[in-house]
Amino acid sequence: MGAQLRLLRRRINSVKSTAKITRAQELIASSRIVRAQQRMQAALPYEREITRAVTGVVSNAASVDHPLTVAKENPAQAGVLIVTSDSGFCGGFNANVLREAEALRGLLESRGLTVLPFVTGRKGVTWHTFRQREMGGSWVGFSRKPAYADAKEIATTLIDSFKEENGIDEIHIVSTEFVSMLTQNVVVKRVLPLEVEETEATEATAIPPYFEFEPTAGDVLESLLPRYVESRIFTALLQSAASEEAARRRAMKSATDNANELMRVLTQQMNQARQAEITQEISEIVGGANALADAAAGKE
Amino acid sequence: MVIAKTVDGEIGIMPQHAPVLGVLVEGGVLRVKREGEGDLVAAVHGGFISVADNEVSVLAEVAELGSEVDVAAARDALDRAQASIEANQEDADAAIEAKRARARLRAAGEEV
Repeated sequence: MGAQLRLLRRRINSVKSTAKITRAQELIASSRIVRAQQRMQAALPYEREITRAVTGVVSNAASVDHPLTVAKENPAQAGVLIVTSDSGFCGGFNANVLREAEALRGLLESRGLTVLPFVTGRKGVTWHTFRQREMGGSWVGFSRKPAYADAKEIATTLIDSFKEENGIDEIHIVSTEFVSMLTQNVVVKRVLPLEVEETEATEATAIPPYFEFEPTAGDVLESLLPRYVESRIFTALLQSAASEEAARRRAMKSATDNANELMRVLTQQMNQARQAEITQEISEIVGGANALADAAAGKE
Repeated sequence: MVIAKTVDGEIGIMPQHAPVLGVLVEGGVLRVKREGEGDLVAAVHGGFISVADNEVSVLAEVAELGSEVDVAAARDALDRAQASIEANQEDADAAIEAKRARARLRAAGEEV
């Protein structure tokens, strides 16, 4: 009995220290979400304006033929940028992104394209190297706090490959969109070639019927599009960073809750074992005393 | 009134200006003339200016308000860039660096 008691006590201690770690992780993640959200908010105006500008150019200058806007007739290879996290402890965050990326790969392959993944985040890179998949590029080390320079580096690699004769013909992004603290969705977006949407112009989104360009529409587009791709990638990285922290907070919260529940059950078992031990000791003493008393009575 | 420098030259935008989308030069100075207050000056490195619906938006890769420029640091950067240009005429990075430093100094109201 004594051994079982000691065993339970040891388990409780180990669960307790695990709970401390997960609780700390949960708190760290909570404080990081706020900062990640602020960074996301700060990048919003730039993205909105640049999207507006691109929409302005494309809808005004339909005659502009830029290699980045025109869909190739026979696309052969598609680049997929997969945004994952560097560290684990965040539940199904990476698994969800990678599952969606696999679904996209299946979809693209059914269209007869080969898929070249570009991966950010240590988890995604390990996933791909383990399966010996060829990658067009991989970046690690900034998933929690992406800088604009990181987005720029990724965009440059993608655009260079896009412009190459035998490079990629489409660029897709698979990343996690931050909706709220509780909801994050995996989204798949096509960045290039641009998707032209025919929409009804509303008051808020109305684009002026004409635009003057300095110097020409083509030149503007030439320097605008790379910035647009950078901005889209940067937004995806920021959203993914915020989502990662939110996912981590949730995973760590349930881990802490589970540890507390486990501790409660184990403590109960421990008390039971202790009680049983005491009861046994008492009955042993009583039994012994009775035996002595019987022996003494027999002598007389 | 907003004054900016595009690759075609300086452009001044008054209220009710027609929609424009322009590419800004590397190392330009943007000036916003305001009524009743001093000018708002900023060093802007690359990017775009877009005018629509009586609204001017400047999208820059890097920008710095004139009042926030660290003059000593900018002068230092300029000196270093010029030194490396003298050492190597085809140093494109240094040329851009020098342009940026000059823009920052001009935005801060310094003579270059």
